[in-house]
Amino acid sequence: MILSKIFKNTLLILAACLVLTACATKKNVETMSGQMQSDVYTGTDTVEYLADGVPDRVFFATNETILTTASRETLRAQAAWLRKNSSINVVLEGHADERGTREYNLALGERRANSAKDYLMTYGISSDRISVLSYGKERPVDAGSNPLAWSKNRRSVTVKAN
Amino acid sequence: MRKNFIILFILLIFPIKVFALIEVDITRGNLNPLPLAVSPLSIDDQSKQSFEKILKKKNIGSEISIIVENNLRKSGLFNPLSKDAFLQAPDIANLKPRFEDWNLIKAQALITGKVTFVDEKLRVEFRLWDVLAAKEMMALAFTTVPNNWRRVGHIISDKVYERLTGERGYFDTRIIYVAEKGPKTQRVKKLAIMDQDGANNKFLTLGNELVLTPRFNPTSQMVTYLSYFKNLPRVYLLDIETGTQEVVGDFPGMTFAPRFSPDGKKIIMSFAKDGKSDIYTMNLENRLVERITNHPSIDTSPSYSPNGKFIAFNSDRSGYQQIYVMRSDGNDIKRISFGNGIYGTPVWSPRGDLIAFTKLHKGKFYIGVMRTDGTGERLLTENYYQEAPSWSPNGRVLIFYRETKTNSDGEGFSAKLWSIDLTGYNERLVETQTDASDPSWSSLLSN
Repeated sequence: MILSKIFKNTLLILAACLVLTACATKKNVETMSGQMQSDVYTGTDTVEYLADGVPDRVFFATNETILTTASRETLRAQAAWLRKNSSINVVLEGHADERGTREYNLALGERRANSAKDYLMTYGISSDRISVLSYGKERPVDAGSNPLAWSKNRRSVTVKAN
Repeated sequence: MRKNFIILFILLIFPIKVFALIEVDITRGNLNPLPLAVSPLSIDDQSKQSFEKILKKKNIGSEISIIVENNLRKSGLFNPLSKDAFLQAPDIANLKPRFEDWNLIKAQALITGKVTFVDEKLRVEFRLWDVLAAKEMMALAFTTVPNNWRRVGHIISDKVYERLTGERGYFDTRIIYVAEKGPKTQRVKKLAIMDQDGANNKFLTLGNELVLTPRFNPTSQMVTYLSYFKNLPRVYLLDIETGTQEVVGDFPGMTFAPRFSPDGKKIIMSFAKDGKSDIYTMNLENRLVERITNHPSIDTSPSYSPNGKFIAFNSDRSGYQQIYVMRSDGNDIKRISFGNGIYGTPVWSPRGDLIAFTKLHKGKFYIGVMRTDGTGERLLTENYYQEAPSWSPNGRVLIFYRETKTNSDGEGFSAKLWSIDLTGYNERLVETQTDASDPSWSSLLSN
């Protein structure tokens, strides 16, 4: 009888342990996937701010130049900030991850920066105030060789030019 | 790959020996490199002392023979035998080899020669002997300034290669490349040039600005490359003898991916504007700029066919990077890559029959070749990351660069040059003083 009680308790403890580990693993996966959504970086590790609430960069999916909903929100904030600070000009620096050929990546970076530029222009920022510069895969922010690092590197960064 | 190997194996079991003189077949992987002996070039004491004073080399004769030996070994087609086994003294061997002695150590060919100091110049004569047939195959002599001694070794290597394979050599050549150092996120890059065997390395820029993709003019010692001078990525033209450089064309935006036309008179490149990249040429004589493609997609990495009539290029007009071929005026655009994966960096072989490329498939990078109509795709090497093949001037060897995967802390990054034979054999690290990428092979210097 006592034996069976001990046995029961052990089982309970074991079960509790299992649940706990399961929780831990699940949480890990969530924080990982919390930084990426279908291949696009959604974290804030590398993001700097042009002003309060104005992130300086937007992220792209592999081989893509389309702006995500979050990217459009960021760019609208940048456009509002640029309208308020009409003397500031910017350079949009387009980047690619390391998983592509150098020359194609230079073109891809240019196209990414331009899709950000086009969006800023639709929110009233004159093209005179925006220049575009592609670095291709030459200036990664994260030196890692993994999907998360690559997602941080596929970006267009808005940099003050003056 | 396995299939190729079996076919090759069968060919090797039934070697065809029809020719009286030795011949090396370079059209297939060579698993039995031809054993040959490179006897040190003989030198008299007086010449030895004169050269030692000028060149600071104890015995220039054996130095030159070492260059020849290394070149031939690295080609993968020849197996230079150890000098310890040589029975005959260099000076006597050059006059009349005792073929039985060379036969004994299994040498099938023998290279002998003589170096003399004549009128402040370096005079070299060398002979190539067929040991089995006991015959002289070739004898040549030339005179040059002493400082050219390494080139003498390369020219001898080219002549031997040519005589034994029936194809031009590629040893008297140089490689221009990008020397790299520093962390992956802040790489410092300089243009550098070296002899094909890694000697005479020289940096051509200081590393103040990012430089990429240098390429040789096939007809001269000019180079075109991409520089971020003043943070404006533009194609430049550089004369490596004088050091003068200039921007190519007056484009209101980024120009990149430059290459010369086969006659050296034009530069072909991409110009990126408003998110689309198109291909343009600029005539270096009259500075006329011509637009070759006009498409909303990315068109880049153009490369002329050796007769100048066609251009291979990279475009994502189908949705992903693929290889296309068009006439040099931009007409008749045809996609030629249809395999699984994406394709980039097409480079037309100097022989005209093949296009080398980089392929990305299921997370792996391949260097491969296909015929100019896209058939006969053959992958030569697979790796984590590698790209940008450049052909040896005889179209037998490809040089490219490889980057390593970093660990979870982002450490362990390196970039190195590698070469591989068109056969898929003889893959080799090309030693450089620093990390290196974007190699471009010159044409033969002695033409």
